[in-house]
Amino acid sequence: MDNTASQNTGLDLRFQLMRGNGADAFALDIDVTLPGSGITALFGPSGSGKTTVLRCIAGLERAQIGHCYLNGQCWQRDDYFLATHRRAIGYVFQESSLFPHLSAEGNLRYGMKRGRRSKDNRHFCELVELMDIGSLLGRLPHTLSGGERQRVAIARALLVAPDILLMDEPLAALDTRRRLDILPYLESLRSELKVPVIYVSHAIDEVMRLADGAVILEQGKVVAQGSVADVFSSPDIPLDADGSTGVIWEGVVSSVDNQWQLMNIRCGDMDTWLPASEHQVGQRVRMRILARDVSVALSDHTDSSIVNRLPATVTDIVESTTEPTVLIHLKAGRQTLLAHVTRRSAEHLKLHVGSRVWAQIKSAAISR
Amino acid sequence: MLSHSDLSAIWLTAQLASTVTAVLLVIGTPIAWWLAHTHSWWRRPVAAIIAMPLVLPPTVMGFYLLLFMAPQGWLGQLTQSLGMGSLVFTFWGLVVGSVIYSLPFVVQPLYNALLALGERPLEVAATLGAGPWDRFVSVVLPMARSGFITAAALGFAHTVGEFGVVLMIGGNIPEETRVISVLLYDHVEALDYARAHWLSGGLVVFSFLLLLMLYGLQKTPSASRAH
Repeated sequence: MDNTASQNTGLDLRFQLMRGNGADAFALDIDVTLPGSGITALFGPSGSGKTTVLRCIAGLERAQIGHCYLNGQCWQRDDYFLATHRRAIGYVFQESSLFPHLSAEGNLRYGMKRGRRSKDNRHFCELVELMDIGSLLGRLPHTLSGGERQRVAIARALLVAPDILLMDEPLAALDTRRRLDILPYLESLRSELKVPVIYVSHAIDEVMRLADGAVILEQGKVVAQGSVADVFSSPDIPLDADGSTGVIWEGVVSSVDNQWQLMNIRCGDMDTWLPASEHQVGQRVRMRILARDVSVALSDHTDSSIVNRLPATVTDIVESTTEPTVLIHLKAGRQTLLAHVTRRSAEHLKLHVGSRVWAQIKSAAISR
Repeated sequence: MLSHSDLSAIWLTAQLASTVTAVLLVIGTPIAWWLAHTHSWWRRPVAAIIAMPLVLPPTVMGFYLLLFMAPQGWLGQLTQSLGMGSLVFTFWGLVVGSVIYSLPFVVQPLYNALLALGERPLEVAATLGAGPWDRFVSVVLPMARSGFITAAALGFAHTVGEFGVVLMIGGNIPEETRVISVLLYDHVEALDYARAHWLSGGLVVFSFLLLLMLYGLQKTPSASRAH
């Protein structure tokens, strides 16, 4: 059988899978191609099928119908199904998955010994340093903290020298502080890794910090796919736990004003000012601007306390069916914005598509 | 003290129990594995059949085994057609009977250990490149080690202690089927209490030491987790 597909790099997936019946029936039906580099987030509420997709890629679960190609190499097609241990994957599970009978080093070497390629110690030392686990090597897993275990597990997955790294909510079992501790390690991985990463998560902040692209899943179906900024700027995709929508802007820190403790971030052709943080000039950042934090005025209120006032044009007005508000779609330069306004205000300001307004951004959250 | 016939019965019992334990581990592991992982409708009936020796009087088991193994029984006909003769009143007949009789004592601890192990460690090992046999040796055996030791010890001890089945299908043939429990019965019938004491006392000490070892193996609940 010819197991190489003619086309391209990346991960070419088609999975159809039915499970259960009646009320708890679940059907997965996806057909996507994921990029062959960078971090792609599989994002969605629990029960949307993101972990199932990851398990199908790994061969831990078998979709009844479908195929799976990585960089043209076939892992599943028709009757062909490559067993998990023959797939060049690294897999990080949600909870601690270290073997309890092996030390941290024994765990790291377990995959290395059975490794598909790399047996050299240099790779081992590099990863131990990158994940900062050198002092933990001799210890048994039950003596490690949750964050330490996950760092060992991530290093272990990478030591098999995989062609793709699959991560199933690797931080979900950790408390907020430990998550914040481990995120920098994942960020440093992003710049070091040469293989694509599929990152399953339902935490928007993790996705915003780590991912380059995103696939949104709902009830076993792909509802959106694209760059993180594009996907999450859609008015249909909630950006926080309250279900608020908004947009994501990507920009560069262009200057820091030490007198007022502010930094200037240039997003496309728009300048915004935000409280200075540890970010350096020249650093790329992402910021999240929720629709409820944006208001609209007909003139530039220079007497306002709001710093970020941007000229914008109304491109769409969407009535809410449940609330007395409308969602105003705005274009500020090349950037888009969403603003929640009461229906009364929209009427009062005589807003219509094409209106030229000033968008006032009350606050924005920076990630990355 | 122990006479020649006592020593020969002890040696025979040790041979029987070791053989049976080895056979039980080999066939009990896949059975326990299947029970721990299957979603088949057959799971419950099979589990019930395996547990039957726990509740049936040994003589009932022995009676049916005797019928099966007799030259007219289906097992007897099978062994005869294979040129092995009838298994009744032979060492290997005792092995077959003991394996069936001690099966639940081996399957149950293995089943519990494999159930506690779960699928996850095996999935992890697979993602790290370990094939099925490799996963069994490098993950299942070490992680379910105490389950295997418990199963082996219980299988061994239970075979040493059985009486009813042995008497029914083995009879009382020196160096062939006369094991400790049968010889002990002989001593008591002959009112030779001194020799009965030596054998009985020996078994009491043996059982105590075996159970002491098993409990020593079990993890103490104080094994704390650092968080």
